[in-house]
Amino acid sequence: MDRKLVKRRDEYRWLIERTGKMHVDGLIFASESLIAEMDDMVARQVANVACLPGIVGYSYAMPDAHWGYGFCIGGVAAFDPDKGGVISAGGVGFDIACGVRTMHTGLKEKDFLPHRERIADALFRHIPAGVGSTGKIALSIPKLDEVLAGGAVWAVQQGFGTADDLRFIESGGRVAGADPSKVSDEAKKRQREEMGTLGSGNHYLEIQKVEEIYDPQTAAAFGLEEGDIKISIHCGSRGLGHQIGTDYLKKMATAAREAGIELAERELACAPLKSEVGRSYLGAMRSGINCALANRQILMHLVREVFEKEMPGAQIRLLYDVSHNTCQEEEHEIDGRLCRLFVHRKGATRAWGPGHPGLPAEYRSVGQPVLIGGTMGTASYILVGTKEAESLSLSSSCHGAGRQMSRTAATKRWHGKEIIRNLQGRGILIRSASMRGLAEEAPGAYKDVSEVVEVSDKAGLARKVAKLVPLVCIKG
Amino acid sequence: MWEHFAHQADIGIRGIGATLEEAFAEAAYALMAVMCNPQKVRPLEPVSVSVQMDDRELLLAEWLNQILYEADTRKMFFSRFEVKISGDTLSGVLWGERMDPVRHEAAVEAKAATYQMLKVAFEDGRWIAQCVVDV
Repeated sequence: MDRKLVKRRDEYRWLIERTGKMHVDGLIFASESLIAEMDDMVARQVANVACLPGIVGYSYAMPDAHWGYGFCIGGVAAFDPDKGGVISAGGVGFDIACGVRTMHTGLKEKDFLPHRERIADALFRHIPAGVGSTGKIALSIPKLDEVLAGGAVWAVQQGFGTADDLRFIESGGRVAGADPSKVSDEAKKRQREEMGTLGSGNHYLEIQKVEEIYDPQTAAAFGLEEGDIKISIHCGSRGLGHQIGTDYLKKMATAAREAGIELAERELACAPLKSEVGRSYLGAMRSGINCALANRQILMHLVREVFEKEMPGAQIRLLYDVSHNTCQEEEHEIDGRLCRLFVHRKGATRAWGPGHPGLPAEYRSVGQPVLIGGTMGTASYILVGTKEAESLSLSSSCHGAGRQMSRTAATKRWHGKEIIRNLQGRGILIRSASMRGLAEEAPGAYKDVSEVVEVSDKAGLARKVAKLVPLVCIKG
Repeated sequence: MWEHFAHQADIGIRGIGATLEEAFAEAAYALMAVMCNPQKVRPLEPVSVSVQMDDRELLLAEWLNQILYEADTRKMFFSRFEVKISGDTLSGVLWGERMDPVRHEAAVEAKAATYQMLKVAFEDGRWIAQCVVDV
């Protein structure tokens, strides 16, 4: 990034001062090296978001920020409905409530390793992944409406998991205010056969080993010990979410024009929160969140089925499930006043600090688990939310490793089979439906997630608790 | 003629043609080439679509998103595209077959054709139709 675009505020914060039509300053969390690598477009997109009506606080970018659509990936922005604040479909993204779910297995590395090949094959057979894959259940549109209203709570009622799972999902597994009638029939038709599917691209299911503990007290509260085997799923709201994004981007382009909102780029399309389109999108987007929560709950159930058959001693329990593409209604203190705000996090994870009433009792004294996905060749991290992040970033943190190389360049440089061989040599088993997909997702195409996590920790957005390394990775 | 262009997180698609229709058809082929190898997709079954938009660039996004919708709901890949544009309306026929991830060398799902770098223009004596696809 051109250093003239930002002004250093302290070691990990870079300010984009308010100019022209910006209502607030921009604030990027990054180290010297991360800011150097960031595209100029990140600064431009942060500034563009700062121009949207009703934005409060700052227009933020997390340490893993990169060039996105309208909002940068890693962008966080809060809007006050009482100040003409808006909601933006582009500020949530096309994969509504894409997120990470991490599970305990009750197994240690030594128990698991002898069975690794068999479990990898069984998971790959049992979990639908890749382009065009369909789930094991097909739903009618009225049934799908129940999913959209009920989220993971619906899934548990259908027998996919236990009531105890729900306590460890953000919002208890179901966000309130979902309105399936605001979701188009096209979006619902795309989802009829896609419940319980993993998807493709950067989505994955991994069996991981806890390699290092940084904060023993919090790790104990989260149930993490060195050598533990955990399972993480990264995926979202599938075809339904993509179609909601597409539908409302179009509607908001018109709504913004009618509301007289000037947009620096089309993907910033938005609608006032207190407007018909704004309210409709909220109802549809929350339906998308519930769809994603139900989807990850069903996937967890499929994982349980595999382990019950292949390793009956395993105890699959949920550690936490958190989304990183959302807009949520939250209370935050702005200029000494408690405000009800709509916080967009696009490629950013909510990170509640200790004492937050929304946390399950087991975690309340330490804070929220913040689940950061890596690539199939590197590491994932579990962090914990901090009290200071509330004032630093509206309780937001990074979400994962951003890309540093385009898909086109990655396929020219790597081949799927070669990646499988290399990773196998390092003790990581890959099962994938697509060799080209694997090449596009080569670990080298991503930034080093460790630096992003380190900066999030040092900036106080969330503190490092544990590092997890992959042993098996199922890719779409 | 079509091509992919680099975008940090995702992938750009560009259709190039002597006419607007040809550029739109080539952009559709480029979109399919994000998801699979369209050379392996036989144009066996036609699917008719019609989209409407008063802005030519938004019409391109609408056309591409309609193709993604048809691909996702029918579980089909397409390899031949007929395009007619009259005023604000595009009528098209997509020719393809049911997805076979192995034979079609499936790569990745495209979530949406975005408005990022969305452009329809007549430049240097040819039409180009392009945008970034979210994958």
